[in-house]
Amino acid sequence: MTRIIRIVRLALKSLLLHKLRSGLTMLGIVFGVFSVIAMLAIGEGASAQAQRQVLELGATNVIVRSVKPPNEVAQSSANSRVLQYGLLRSDFKILTKTLPTITNAVPIREINREVRYLKDAMNARVVGCTADYLDMNHLHLTQGRFLTGSDQEKLLNVAVIANEVANNLFRYEDPVGKSVRIGSMYYTVVGVTKDRTASAAIGGSLSGQDYNKDVYVPIKTLQVREGDLDIKNQAGSMTAEHIELNQITLRVNDKDAVLSTAEAIRETLEQSHPRTKDYAVVVPLELLKQAEQIRMIFNVVLGSIAAISLVVGGIGIMNIMLATVTERTREIGVRRALGARQRDIIEQFLTETIVLAGSGGLIGVVFGLLTPVTFLGIQWFVQNFVMEGNTVGSDVGRMFFDLQPQIAFWSLPVAFGISVTIGIISGIYPAISAAKLDPIEALRHE
Amino acid sequence: MRLAAQVVDLTKFYDLGSVVVKALRGVSTDFPEGDFVAIMGSSGSGKSTLLNLLGALDRPTSGQYILGGRDVSTLDDDELSAMRNDMIGFIFQSFNLIAQYTVLENIEVPLLYRTGYPPIGRVEREWCVELANMVGLGDRMDHRPFQLSGGQQQRVSIARALVNDPQIILADEPTGNLDSATEAEIMDILHNLNAQGRTIIMVTHEPGIARQTKRQIMMKDGLIESESILEQYLPTR
Repeated sequence: MTRIIRIVRLALKSLLLHKLRSGLTMLGIVFGVFSVIAMLAIGEGASAQAQRQVLELGATNVIVRSVKPPNEVAQSSANSRVLQYGLLRSDFKILTKTLPTITNAVPIREINREVRYLKDAMNARVVGCTADYLDMNHLHLTQGRFLTGSDQEKLLNVAVIANEVANNLFRYEDPVGKSVRIGSMYYTVVGVTKDRTASAAIGGSLSGQDYNKDVYVPIKTLQVREGDLDIKNQAGSMTAEHIELNQITLRVNDKDAVLSTAEAIRETLEQSHPRTKDYAVVVPLELLKQAEQIRMIFNVVLGSIAAISLVVGGIGIMNIMLATVTERTREIGVRRALGARQRDIIEQFLTETIVLAGSGGLIGVVFGLLTPVTFLGIQWFVQNFVMEGNTVGSDVGRMFFDLQPQIAFWSLPVAFGISVTIGIISGIYPAISAAKLDPIEALRHE
Repeated sequence: MRLAAQVVDLTKFYDLGSVVVKALRGVSTDFPEGDFVAIMGSSGSGKSTLLNLLGALDRPTSGQYILGGRDVSTLDDDELSAMRNDMIGFIFQSFNLIAQYTVLENIEVPLLYRTGYPPIGRVEREWCVELANMVGLGDRMDHRPFQLSGGQQQRVSIARALVNDPQIILADEPTGNLDSATEAEIMDILHNLNAQGRTIIMVTHEPGIARQTKRQIMMKDGLIESESILEQYLPTR
């Protein structure tokens, strides 16, 4: 044991003789180890982010959304002036009646309306839905109650508003019990929902949802008051769309039944929508599996890039050690003359590379542990100097700014182990070639 | 009289492919304990080859080299290393100190390679300090080689040569890189060591230095050409 300490101490002495050179050599390993840990942390963070988003949609949920048919199809029916597409109330009825594995189902209709209270007004997304919406979208109430079944049956003009809406319209008042104007109708506020982080877009079929500017009303009330026709005035032209339902969210009783139920839903809808595919079926569980695969690919790609930089660091070490052996040929000769065996010389040079690679690895691990902090710095820099204001809020921007690197703790010993291994591998050849020198030749070396 | 070392009909041939260089062609001589020998000769006479063989840095082509009761010519590389460590103290012309070590650490180097790697304890440390004091470097033990003059560096290497209490001390032109004043100092130290009973074998081509030893061996063409012994050192039979 004391001998090992002695050898390491002597190796440190040799390395400290050329501080700059040793430092620069170490840098290769430092960045190699750092990038392995950082890349894996970012990969892990990205996959955690994707999983979180998918889980927010609910692992046992199946989401069916209306999708505007592609342009060519839309053009052919343009002579009717009103574009009619999307899910029908009959679809909802068929799905809930025929599929036994479905426990809950929420039909959803979304329209944009101005919401006004006295002189305060804002544009909100008015969501017609049922009582199950609250639970299935992981929403919570801060005040009052959510919509109930009797609201639907009695066609009551009641509304639950999101926190941001409440803050905008009722700055100094309690919103519950107050009357707000939505479009041209008055609704009584019965509850307020808590802030909820917006969900990000997933694939092309599901765009991101900002729950904080929502107003929830009973879907039947909405159907009666507003109808199915949505007329928009945009840049002087008028477009009219006839949609019965924007979305149906279905919950399946068992996780194992999700995929088969989704299949049944697809088949059912195919029959009722034979001409155009004006809907999309989103299965979070499928997305979860995809996210898992993407995560694997992500980790492999990032990991190999980082591993290459580690190897490059190792080659740097080998290069320096070979140069060192040449430069210290005389010293090797002296040591041999004074009684060092070949094994002793190998040991000495190997120890030097291992100390070099090991301490480089340790510093790399420390840097790696600081990845989340570094990444915060990068996010701050990008936000302030690179991205324009509006790109920050885009889907890509949101994905970037929501990303939190998660250090995979297994990557610390692995990266450190690899760095030491590379030290050994890249040190062994120079060490052996040093030991194999003829002592007489080595002593004569200038 | 006991022998410190003995060579019997030693030859060393270098096969260079097209020619075989016969560096040593049969050298025999005895080195009694307490001897102080100067090996002289022009370059190419084989004196360096002889010194390398005596230093166990190489094996002879034929013949015997007996050191400490063992025939060095039959040993393998590890055993040769052990032999050099244990039996031989080297003093080089260009000092050959290790640049990154202090004076004391340089003196310790042979201790690092002792057989079985016994730990370097307090006793060994004190012994090294004693040696440093003996060569007059007691106040410079923490200096690095580059902070020392040539003469001081050579003193360190003498101390280093003594640390494992060797059977013989081999000095390869120990004063070759020094001015005459320092040369005298180094020779004084060597004389003192010899007076304490150390066996010293020295290669030199300065007759002035050679004359200070007990015995001179002249080499020529791989053979011992002549030997001369100062009268007062003639063995009494």
